[in-house]
Amino acid sequence: MNQSIATLKNELIQMVEAANDLSALEHARVTALGKKGRITDLMKNLGSMDPEARKAMGAALNELKDEIATLIEKQETGLKHQALNDRLAHETVDITLSPRPERSGHIHPISQTMEELVSIFADMGFSVAEGPDIEDDFHNFTALNFPPGHPAREMHDTFYLPDDPDETGEAARKLLRTHTSTVQIRTMMGQKPPIRIICMGRTYRSDYDMTHTPMFHQMEGLVIDKNTHMGHLKGCLMDFLRAYFQIDNLPVRFRPSFFPFTEPSAEVDIGCSRKDGGLKIGAGDSWLEILGCGMVHPNVIKNCGLDPAEYQGFAFGMGIERLAMLKYGIPDLRTFFESDVRWLQYYGFDPLARPNRATGE
Amino acid sequence: MKFTLDWLKQHLDTQASLADITAALTALGLEVDAVTDRAKLYAPFHVVYVEKAEPHPDADRLRVCVVDTGKEKLQVVCGAPNARAGMKAVFAPAGSYIPGTGITIKKGNIRGQESNGMMVSEREMGLSEEHEGIIDVAAEIAVGTAFADLYGLNDPVIEIGLTPNRADCAGIRGIARDLAAAGLGTLKPLNETPVAGKGPAAISVSLKLTDDTQTACPLFIGRAITGVRNGPSPQWLQDRLKAVGLRPISALVDVTNYLSLDICRPLHVFDADKLRGPIHVRLAQNGETLQALNGKDYTLTDAMTVVCDDSGVLGLGGVIGGAATGCTDTTTNVYIECAYFDPLRTARTGRALQIDSDARYRFERGIDPAFTVPAIEIATRLIQELCGGQASDIMQAGAVPSWQRSINYDPAYLQQLGGFSLPSARQQTILEALGFTVTIKTDSLWQIQPPSWRGDIEGRADIVEEVMRVHGYDNIPPVSLTKPQALTQSGETINGARTRRARATLAARGLDECVTWSFMPAARASLFGANDSPSMTALKLSNAISIDLEQMRPSILPNLMEAAERNRARGFGDNALFEVGPVFHSPKRQGQALVACGIRSGQAGPRHWSSASSHRDVDVMDAKADAMAVIEATGIPATSLQVSREAPAWYHPGRSGVLKMGTNIVARFGELHPATLEALDIKGPLVGFEVMLENIPQPRKKGTARPTLVLATLQPVLRDFAFLIDAAIDADTLIRAIRGSDKDLIDRVDIFDVYTGKGVPEGKKSMAVAVTLQPRSQTLTENDLEAISQKIIDAVAAKTGGTLRS
Repeated sequence: MNQSIATLKNELIQMVEAANDLSALEHARVTALGKKGRITDLMKNLGSMDPEARKAMGAALNELKDEIATLIEKQETGLKHQALNDRLAHETVDITLSPRPERSGHIHPISQTMEELVSIFADMGFSVAEGPDIEDDFHNFTALNFPPGHPAREMHDTFYLPDDPDETGEAARKLLRTHTSTVQIRTMMGQKPPIRIICMGRTYRSDYDMTHTPMFHQMEGLVIDKNTHMGHLKGCLMDFLRAYFQIDNLPVRFRPSFFPFTEPSAEVDIGCSRKDGGLKIGAGDSWLEILGCGMVHPNVIKNCGLDPAEYQGFAFGMGIERLAMLKYGIPDLRTFFESDVRWLQYYGFDPLARPNRATGE
Repeated sequence: MKFTLDWLKQHLDTQASLADITAALTALGLEVDAVTDRAKLYAPFHVVYVEKAEPHPDADRLRVCVVDTGKEKLQVVCGAPNARAGMKAVFAPAGSYIPGTGITIKKGNIRGQESNGMMVSEREMGLSEEHEGIIDVAAEIAVGTAFADLYGLNDPVIEIGLTPNRADCAGIRGIARDLAAAGLGTLKPLNETPVAGKGPAAISVSLKLTDDTQTACPLFIGRAITGVRNGPSPQWLQDRLKAVGLRPISALVDVTNYLSLDICRPLHVFDADKLRGPIHVRLAQNGETLQALNGKDYTLTDAMTVVCDDSGVLGLGGVIGGAATGCTDTTTNVYIECAYFDPLRTARTGRALQIDSDARYRFERGIDPAFTVPAIEIATRLIQELCGGQASDIMQAGAVPSWQRSINYDPAYLQQLGGFSLPSARQQTILEALGFTVTIKTDSLWQIQPPSWRGDIEGRADIVEEVMRVHGYDNIPPVSLTKPQALTQSGETINGARTRRARATLAARGLDECVTWSFMPAARASLFGANDSPSMTALKLSNAISIDLEQMRPSILPNLMEAAERNRARGFGDNALFEVGPVFHSPKRQGQALVACGIRSGQAGPRHWSSASSHRDVDVMDAKADAMAVIEATGIPATSLQVSREAPAWYHPGRSGVLKMGTNIVARFGELHPATLEALDIKGPLVGFEVMLENIPQPRKKGTARPTLVLATLQPVLRDFAFLIDAAIDADTLIRAIRGSDKDLIDRVDIFDVYTGKGVPEGKKSMAVAVTLQPRSQTLTENDLEAISQKIIDAVAAKTGGTLRS
């Protein structure tokens, strides 16, 4: 008897171990432990055996059954593992392939710069004011103390539109604003001081060459109250330029200049170095003109209906493209308006990282 | 404005270095644009003796020379035809920078012969166009003489950018005066003593102007000088003129050019023998002509001031003289004109005739009216010095126009406007050094008279500027701005916020932001609605740069379409571009609108290994999605919008629409009309959208809190239907019909398939709809579901005539 169980055991172990896939293993399981399986068959014979033999045989068979069941389980785990590995091996993909494309857009450097400017000047208590692109002679020139026929008017290379038949005089003479200073006038005529505004937008001059485009962008600032003086103008612009260029010790130089709408007037230079044809903003051996400014001319204050004996303040203006070019190393003004996607994507900005003084973006 | 250091020192007694002077000029507001220190530039070049000049063994045109520099003997290969033994020449050693060619010369080997530098021509020195041969130096010049000494080029040239207010500094004396005030030396006196005349001139002068036009020329002074001898002016005068870029002509002409620069006093010298009768000044008659000194003919108008004799117009007052009466080498009798011409009229005349002359430059800025008589004395003395001759008395018509004015000034105003104080005495010193007359009435009331040469000084702010610029802007202490509250307030406007959000939304959706011109060709504008506006012509620039930039844009679309086409032509065909900016419907304030506009062209995405689903033509729904995203970004839910087919003619009539709130159109979107694409010669597919940002109503401010969120506890149930409906019926109609059948229970209706073709009759379409039912209080039974399904089917049948597809 023991002999036959030992033989069966060997036979079954061989069969289970030889099962190299799950169906062969199932076949082995049925052969060994199924209702008509070899062990089950022997179990059925137990009843016809005498008690002693039955006891011994039963114990042996149970032991064999457990042993084979454990073996099958073990074999099954192995085979399942094997099968999974085989499947995974087939599922391998080329992970160097590109993921599904997503289109990413970009913010134009002019917009980026404008948002940076708002962010910095809002921190100094300025709010944004707006005015139209199509202006008239009064707002663009006369109110800003450009005498009629003065050479300074001619320096602006103004684009004109046909006269407005519904208006007379200077209001009828339609033009494209040559500077955002028009918004100074509209603001001072529309609200009482204290005034602290910036204005940004499109400006137009009839000039088109390497360094001029017929349309460009300016930012204008205006502060009017009773005590703002030239020292504040210097402080405000030094703070601004150092914040904008992110250089704490940026040298800033003010030198006398002339604008019809400011008196005293100044042009502002920042330090830079020019080596090997490159331009680097910061302390250096050279200066770079960056903006014009001054104390608002008493005539301008008067033209806006305010009393220059009571109110004073400063104004400044700068080219937004120039600021962007200097900060971001963009070499050619004309490329700003060419809409070349390679340029837009290279010089453009992430729409999710908007300028914010608090986060330093 | 250019001048040399020596020339400046003729008016300024100074020990200051060139560097100190240029720094002071910029600090005074006379911005130094360039300093050319020619002594430095020409330092490497010296006179050499050519010992030998033998033919090059391997090159016909070259000579192998040996030059003696005085220190050593060097071999030089030279190609100049005039190179010969025994001559003296100018030698550029190896390593020197050749100013005329911009090349640094290296030691070289020319066809087997060593060459240690070059002998140079005038062109190579950047001095003239002379390049026939190398400079042939006179034999008596010593070997080793510096080239700058040889050519009188030791004097550094300073160029300043002059602001239009500083007419006085259009003369070197004015510049010297500013420098003296800033402490860089002493202004030397000017010899203005009258030259004794020998009786009146034969030629009298008069002003034929009316009271209205008297300002055109309030003062005209003339003087004859007889028996002059014209010829080349002396070397020092020629050198100065050449240094500032003027060509010496003859002594008589050079004197006028010189004094214009030196003392900012334009003059004219006539050949007196060519004048016919007395001189008078009047306004020109329309159509009168003048052949000017520059050789060009001009036709004049009655707005221009002319100087005449009996024969007609002699010259344009303050702008340019005539050719017929100009001085030549044979001139022996001259007549000097020294007049005051009105700045505005001079500017207009010069502009109208496009004449940029040194005279116009000065007259239009306003020269010193009180200086007219002293100037003619200076001119007379200089002409006599150079050309001899006998001067007549001064002939004068008119009078010096009044220029005196008095400005009340409180020295404390410097603190008020400038933000710092200076002792009164210091302020007074500065002003007096600049020529102002200060009369102190009280400590806080000064009466200040600006000098006659400072027509730009109007009021106390100008006085502050004068004091500050001499004291130095660098010395103004900066003060940071403060604000009443510590926290930053929003500085944004509504339009600003909308622009920012539209921009970020569109860029995040994959579009690249552009900035394009506000103007376009009129023909293109007319394709995009410009013709619909009676203001079409009112929006056309009167003086456009070109027809491509003449009409204010009625839409941004064509600019972006053009941009897409340009990119396509460069090989980048799939574009997604946008711009947020103005469009113009009339020249009035309300005629400008703020629009967020975008286009997509070509394929929605690139070809990709993963699937073809993104590689498809862009379509109207891409544009609709962009437009809706912009509107949502401004805070308006897209569900509050209605869609209708009202898009303008530049869109495809069947594949476009508008988004409205009530009757208010806030956006248009669609495929561009094939005829529009064809007219612009643009390849499709191309879709676009325009969101009129100002037409979006502002969301009502209801505080920041949102209504409490109520989440259903029961699971939603999804039921699918397929309806067969008329092809002409819009999805929106079907959705509304279904929604309307049970507003409480139906939470969402989504169309997930639209099908025409096999199995669907002609003129019909099949629309598959997923309806989400949200039970509120109890779960839905089979019977409930059966009932609601029937309600939906009935509603669709009633509203659209559609049937359930079997």
